[in-house]
Parts: sequence; structure tokens; C-alpha cells
Amino acid sequence: MTVTGAPATDAPAIGAPTDQSRYFDARLAAKAPTGPIEERWDQRRFQVKLVNPANKRRFHVIVVGSGLAGAAAAATLGELGYRVSNFCYQDSPRRAHSIAAQGGINAAKNYQNDGDSIFRLFYDTVKGGDFRARESNVYRLAQLSVNIIDQAVAQGVPFARDYAGLLDNRSFGGAQVSRTFYAAGQTGQQLLLGAYQSLERQIAARTVEMYTRHEMLDVVLTDGEASGIVTRNLMTGEIKSHSAHAVVLATGGYSNAFFLSTNAMGCNVTAIWRAHRRGALMANPCFTQIHPTCIPVHGENQSKLTLMSESLRNDGRIWVPKAAEDARAAADIPDEERDYFLERRYPAFGNLVPRDVASRAAKAICDEGRGVGPGGYGVYLDFRDTAGGATAIAERYGNLFEMYSKITGEDPYATPMRIYPAPHYTMGGLWVDYDLASTIPGLFVLGEANFSDHGANRLGASALMQGLADGYFVLPATISDWLAGKLGKQPVGTDAAEFRRAETLVQDRTARLLGNQGKRTVDSIHKELGRVMWDHCGMARSEEGLRKAIGEVQQLRRDFWSDVKVTGEGTHLNQELEKAGRVADFLEFAELMCTDAMVREESCGGHYRLEHQTPEGEARRDDENFAHVTAWEMGGAGPEAGADGEAPLEMIERREPLVAEYVQPSQRSYK
Amino acid sequence: MNLTLRVWRQTGPDDAGGFVDYRVEGVTEDMSFLETLDLLNESLITSGDPHGPIAFDHDCREGICGQCGVMIDGVAHGPQPATTTCQLHMRHYRDGETILVEPWRSAAFPVVRDLVVDRGAFDRIIASGGYISVATGSAPEANLTPVPRPQADQSFTAAACIGCGACVAACPNGAAQLFTAAKLTHLNVLPQGQPERYERTIAMVEAMEAEGFGNCTNHAECEAVCPKEIPLGTIAKLNRDYIRASLRAPAKT
Repeated sequence: MTVTGAPATDAPAIGAPTDQSRYFDARLAAKAPTGPIEERWDQRRFQVKLVNPANKRRFHVIVVGSGLAGAAAAATLGELGYRVSNFCYQDSPRRAHSIAAQGGINAAKNYQNDGDSIFRLFYDTVKGGDFRARESNVYRLAQLSVNIIDQAVAQGVPFARDYAGLLDNRSFGGAQVSRTFYAAGQTGQQLLLGAYQSLERQIAARTVEMYTRHEMLDVVLTDGEASGIVTRNLMTGEIKSHSAHAVVLATGGYSNAFFLSTNAMGCNVTAIWRAHRRGALMANPCFTQIHPTCIPVHGENQSKLTLMSESLRNDGRIWVPKAAEDARAAADIPDEERDYFLERRYPAFGNLVPRDVASRAAKAICDEGRGVGPGGYGVYLDFRDTAGGATAIAERYGNLFEMYSKITGEDPYATPMRIYPAPHYTMGGLWVDYDLASTIPGLFVLGEANFSDHGANRLGASALMQGLADGYFVLPATISDWLAGKLGKQPVGTDAAEFRRAETLVQDRTARLLGNQGKRTVDSIHKELGRVMWDHCGMARSEEGLRKAIGEVQQLRRDFWSDVKVTGEGTHLNQELEKAGRVADFLEFAELMCTDAMVREESCGGHYRLEHQTPEGEARRDDENFAHVTAWEMGGAGPEAGADGEAPLEMIERREPLVAEYVQPSQRSYK
Repeated sequence: MNLTLRVWRQTGPDDAGGFVDYRVEGVTEDMSFLETLDLLNESLITSGDPHGPIAFDHDCREGICGQCGVMIDGVAHGPQPATTTCQLHMRHYRDGETILVEPWRSAAFPVVRDLVVDRGAFDRIIASGGYISVATGSAPEANLTPVPRPQADQSFTAAACIGCGACVAACPNGAAQLFTAAKLTHLNVLPQGQPERYERTIAMVEAMEAEGFGNCTNHAECEAVCPKEIPLGTIAKLNRDYIRASLRAPAKT
């Protein structure tokens, strides 16, 4: 590992107090308008260059990913008249992992008349993110939240309704108002189907060309601008270039760096890592969210973890026995011998504290030896005291209770659920400005794949909001500013040397993986990576642990390239080859995650450094030295380097300072 | 426990394919069915099995993406009701059992490799009209369109379809009525869905028929295997709307 700040010659040691200015980089200008925050989005939409309706069909945009952000963007760009190519690795765009989001989507409608407002949603999101988000972006997100609900309802998204037929709301962690719209525990599914149906409508109208079972394996730059991508057709193995006037990545998060996470098996970092290798800066990669309410790990052969929606914390009470290693059944433990530890530690928010706080509290209790279930890594989520009993529970959470009982073989109506934190969401991602443009001109990044809105911790029901805001409203408005400058210019042809070179790199890498003749399976290496990351870059991090992890990840990367065994050929559906390519990228990315966690010498949100805690064990932020976004640049040979796992990664640290204009940072208190 | 999996192996659409028996050792009751396939695949890779690992579709592994799905002992998604293949756990099996594993079988879902099939026909049915035509930005205030609870609930129940294709695989005729009816019911009972209701119905039924799915003859096998318990009544609703649509205007040519 090489870590440098600019100028690289006299970079300080990691952790040493630094002169912030040495890290500043002109490319990291957010470019948000500077007027009153509530007028900035209007201002920006007025400033952007427009493309007139007749000219829109002259522009071709590539959108990678078909989740909420990708499908919404592809559909909306198609409606506007642009020509769009949309890519996804699944067999249908409807299967993107947004489908699995359960609990809901926030919007500042204030339908409950409980004091909500755009400013309050903005404030809650900035505070929930532990003051590490860019205020202008978050305010825009809160503004657009109301439009999203309107759009979804018009599409026929069947949100929960009250008996008057009006939309219902529930409350969620990190907020004291009820602003979460939901469709039982299937909100992500219903919102994604809304976006997917709009996308299919555009596919039928031939404004969008859909490429299913295609994986993006490189971004191609010509003259420093994103001009296309290289894909592998997962059915035939064909490696092919696609060129366009702009490339949009909406490829989700990287929780699968931990192997076990709530993400789908195919979720990966490849698209954004390839873009990073081509020069896009990667922001705050250590900001990962460990979700408090997941079903505990059952054993070695486990392939993924399943989330139980945070909405369950509305009614469910979290507890453990007061006595360590209490072997009694939950029902036999009387109330006075139970420790409702969230209600005890955080009386104001109780079971509805934000996710990072709830996860750390559960970990601390289990580390004390008071966890429940096999292995002792679990806490109870109990619905005994829910008003309305089983009927009310079934109505609100029926599908979640069924899911739980299928996985565990236990009946959660009769005995409390057992839950434990698991990697779930990643706040970090490619750095983007207010327009969602990355540091590569012509490359835009949406949804979980970018870093922009959630700071160091995302509040529940805000991921769906951000993905859809980016896809339906932000990108379609801002991309014209870039495209207008391209009027009259055809996209660079895919016969250009840059495309040929990128194809050759992808082909070489594929051949290298298939020809390796090693002994270890891809999964065995991925599992080992997951253990290293969970142990040292998970809920609690320390410099010592992170240094150890970096060494282990580097070793694992060498092991991978020298000893991985990838069966089959490149000319047919080959799922081992797909996994191998993704794991190879995780093995590089993981080192950056650990490095980022090491240089951020503070605790904030989901990033918890053992060296930086208050006497009560709460996260201790350092606003003086760390009120910035860390954006990493890859030095050295970039895409050409490191394909064999031997070449060290050169990481150059850059920073975007964060300015608190409207929300003054304070010690986050949920007591 | 130790099990025998009798698995369909097929290298591509043109290969005849056939069953191969595999012994899987060390399966625990907490494992899911797909984790059992993972375990088998790990051993097929390390032992250098000539067929290599078994290709099967899967992604979310929590029963919502609809990408997984195989016939297990002749039943789509296996023996448990309201369960996708990824949600089936091995506690329902006993040591020494033999389990038959096959891909969906339907002319409209050609086999790609081993247990993987092509369900692109479902996307094309949706593209033919499975949406409400509302461009981004043109939506009215959400609460201006109240939806009575009974309709909202009926719509939501139908909208829960995950597009896995179990209904087609289970149907002796290979019909896609339940899939198509689920989307039509989701949209056709909502006030927002009324303007396009009859055009949508005609278009989707025609698209379904053009894809080569069979006809519905009320076997109700689809409802029995549907992991999301989409009710058979949605097909009755499809038929009613289709008849009404046919009487209102000539079908589009």
C-alpha cells in the first residue's frame, strides 16, 4: 500500500494533524449554487444548458444498472427523447436488488400533521449522517421526496392506505415524525416495479434498448472523457464495446466486500472500481452501514444474511437477559430480569435510534456475553407487547414474519425473533458533484453507487428516496448541461484505439482467470476476505486491526491470482467466471476501504474507531480535522496495473471540505 | 445429513441434456436449498468434475427478486407452500433422501444451461402494456387520488408477483395466465389504471399468446405453487376484463 496526499513528496504520516489545504483538489468542487439553500435546485435547473426536444434523439446515453436509480433514469431519459442503452447483469431489469428493500420511503409530505417539513427531513438526514454529508444535496433530496411519492402513486405503486383511501405512514429510526410511506414489507419491490414498468414502456417505444445478462467490465475514456463501456454478454461470453455521449453508473453498493451481507449474491463493486481505476475519485469507502436487525448467522455454509426490516422496531422491543448466559427460554424470563438496553440507554428515541447506534449497542451487549441464541451473537426483538396482538402484527409485517419463520424454523408470533447486525448498505461510493457528475467528464453516478447524500450513516427509508430522486429528477435535469456541449458530435466509434485497448484488457483478464489452474474456489477466497473485513473493518475498527487487515487482504489477493481455480470456458454462461471477476475487484477495493478507515481518525456514523469514543462508548467525532469527504485517486498505472495482484495499489488522498451552513454539528444525542 | 441430488445437466439450448446423480455430504438443517447446491458446486470444482459446477439462477436469496426457481421432485420451488427455492430450507429433508432437481420446462422458457432458463417472454408481456403511462414529472399530488382499501388491498396482493415463472412451469399447458392476470389486476383495479384498462388487457393477452404460452384450462396448479400466493381469482378478472374489452372495441390488429 502506498498512501499519499498531494503534494506527495512531503505527505504526513497517517493520523498526524494536517494542514487541510494540502489535500484540496480543484476537481472536487461541488458546484452547488450558493444562494439560499431552498432555492439552489431551482437556480441550478435554470443555469443548466438545455437540449431542445428535437435534438434529444441525437444523443445516446448508456445507463448501467436497472435498480431504482438506473431504471428511473433510463425510463425518464427515454421519455424525454434521448436514446438510451440500459445494462443489467440479471435476467430481467426487474430483479435488481432494490427489489429487496422492505420498510419504506421517506417523504416530507407532512400528511400526519406531526410537524414534518422539508427542512426537518433535511435536518434529520444531515444529523443522522453524523454531519458528513453535503448540505446542498441533502436539501434537494428532501425537496424531491414529495415528487417521488406523487410519481409512484401515479404509476400505480400500491402503497398502504387508511380506511379513507388516503396514504398511510409509519415511523422509522432516527426520526420523531411519521413520514415513511410503505407497501407492507415490500416497498422496494413495489417502487422498483413502478420504475421497471416505466422502463419496459420505453423499451417498447424503442427509446431504450435493454441489455440483460450483460456485465460492465470497463469504462472507456477518449480524450479524458467517458465515451463508452466494455461489457461481457454473460450468455455467450462476447466482449463488446458500446459508445455513447455519456455514461451513467447506477450499479449499487459494495457490502459484499464482507461476503456475508444483506445484498444479493451478484451485487458487486466492479463497475465503480473499474471507473475508479480509470480516474474517477472514490469517496468515503469506509462509510458502510451495519444494519441492526438481521437474522443471525447459522453456520459455515451460509451464503447471505437476511434483513428484517427496521420498521419492526416500531413495535418490537429489543432486549437481552440481564444475566449473562441465561439459558432460559425467552418467555420464562420475567420483565424485571430483562434488559431493554436501547430503551435504557436512549430513552428519547428508544428502539428507534439510528442504525449505527442500535448496531453498536447490540454488539456491545453480545461482547459482554449477554447475547442469545446459538453462539451468543443475537438479541431478542420481541412483539409480546404490541397493541392489537397477532392481527395487527400480521397486517403490518406479515411477510417479514413468514420470511423469518422459513429461515429459522421458529414461529416469531410465539417466541421473540433473534436478530444481529449485518452489512447492509454503503454510504461511500464514487465522488460526484451537485450534478451527480464524477471526476471523469461525461461519467455520472447515481444511487448507492455514489457517495453523496447519507454522510457517515444512512437513515432508514432514505435509500429508496435517494435512488429515485437521482434517477427520476436529478440526472435527467443535469445531464443536459453536459450533452448540450456535444451537439453535432457523434459518439466516438467503438473501433477507436481506446475501445480496442480496453477490450484487450478485459479479454486478457478473462483468459488469465480461466487459465489459472489453481486449487482454491472463488467462494473460499471471498469468504476469507469477508471474515477479515468483518473482524477488522466492520462495526468496530482500530489502527492495529486495520493494518493487520490490509496485510491480510494483500496476501489474499496474491493467493487469489496464484491459486484460484475458475472452471469452464469464457464462451458460455459461466457463473464461476462472473464471481471470480467480482471477487478480484473486491480484493483490491477492500484495501482502499481499510486504508480510508485508517486515515479517518475519528468515529462518525457507521465508522467507529475504538481509539475515538466517549467515556459512555458513543462515537466521538472530530469536526476540526475531519469535516471533509475523503476522495481517493488511484495513482500509478491505473487500469493497466495490478491485474495480476502483485502490483501494489497506489492511493492518493484528496479532500472536499464540508461546510455546515444550516445545520451546526453537535454531539449526536438520541437520549 | 447426506443426500443424493439427481440434477438435470444440459450444456446449452441445443444439447439433449440428462440427469446426473450427485452425493452431497454434510448438509445441515439450517442450510437453504441453494446453499446445498453451493456446497455441491464447491466439491464439483475442487474434484474437477467433468461437467463442472451446476449453473442455476439466483440473486437476492430472500424470496423477492424472482430470479431463482427450479422443479424439486416435480414441484415448482419444492414442497413448501408460499416458498421460493431460495427460501426452502433443508430441515424439511431427511438423511439419505434423493431429490430430483430440474429446470422450469416450458416451450416459452428455453433452457440456457443446466437449471437456467430464459424468461425474457415475461418482460415482453409487461412491455406490451403492463404499466400506467405517466411520464416523470406529470403526476398529480398523491392524495388527490384516494384508493378505497378493498381495491388497494386487491391491487397490492396481485402486485406481489415476483415474475419467477413457477406458474408456467407448474401448468400442464405451460400457460402464463397467472403472471399476466397478476399484473392486470394490480393495475386494472386502481383508479390510476382505468384510462388504459381495456387496451392494456387486450395488448397483454395478445402478447402472452404470441410468446407461445399455452392456454389456461383451470387446473389451478399455478396458484398451488405460487410463492407469493397470487389468487386464481385474478385469472377470472383477466377473463372478465378481456371479454369487456373485446365488446367495447375491436381488438388491435
